[in-house]
Amino acid sequence: MINIWDYVISFLVGGFICFLGQILVIRTKITTARILVLFLIIGMVLEVFNVYAPFKEFAKAGATVPIIGFGASLARGAIMASKEYGLIGIFTGGLTAASGGIAMAIFASFIFALIFSSKTKRGGH
Amino acid sequence: MDENKRNTNYKLYVESKVPKTKAWPSLFKAFLLGGLICALGQGFFDLYSYFFPNLSESETSTCMLMTIIFITCFLTGVGIYDVIGAWGGAGSVIPITGFSNSISSPAIEFKKEGIIYGICVKMFTIAGPVIVCGVVGSIIAGFIGLFI
Repeated sequence: MINIWDYVISFLVGGFICFLGQILVIRTKITTARILVLFLIIGMVLEVFNVYAPFKEFAKAGATVPIIGFGASLARGAIMASKEYGLIGIFTGGLTAASGGIAMAIFASFIFALIFSSKTKRGGH
Repeated sequence: MDENKRNTNYKLYVESKVPKTKAWPSLFKAFLLGGLICALGQGFFDLYSYFFPNLSESETSTCMLMTIIFITCFLTGVGIYDVIGAWGGAGSVIPITGFSNSISSPAIEFKKEGIIYGICVKMFTIAGPVIVCGVVGSIIAGFIGLFI
């Protein structure tokens, strides 16, 4: 059931995407928000041009875990819903597809923000 | 005179060397960390497809991403993710963990400003643009999808 090749290819592709991101960080001093938006848009463009599906088939979690996969699932959700429900699907499809991740990120952040306090003062970073 | 020339030569030599020696380890670390996070994701994917075989592939992917997001928020809360991020650079930002950390980190940081104006508002200082661009982009993609 467990295929070791899936892990190798996830590691290599995911690592390579982060490698490209790190080149951007070194060369342009790009900020976190800009990196995330840039790679999100790359994922959307890949999905619109139908490149993402074969890429995901090849790279497994190396394609879904980077933020590229998040952008692609937003775009794919909107495209699928637009075909099924027409005009209303354009607006509902994207967030529906990405709702799990966004909801979990907001929920877990809220809960852990209530539980934990900032470590920067004590840690002295 | 000869000494001056030697100094400028040395300066040029240092300038040509310094960024490279700094860049390569950080590129390697980003590669390693990003790769490990993706391999971990594949691990959760296999785990969930083994225990919940009746979920579709995209649902299993969502479960896997939600697990990683939850773990990242926890690691941010206990202060470990900052250490990982300082080590791995872009390797900690580009995986979905970076999105998750970008929400939980300011939420925890600005807790002292209150629940509404601290946690709830500051949560989206970095992730806001990601969600805005994501929604706008998906609507454009859906519009394109209407015609293809």
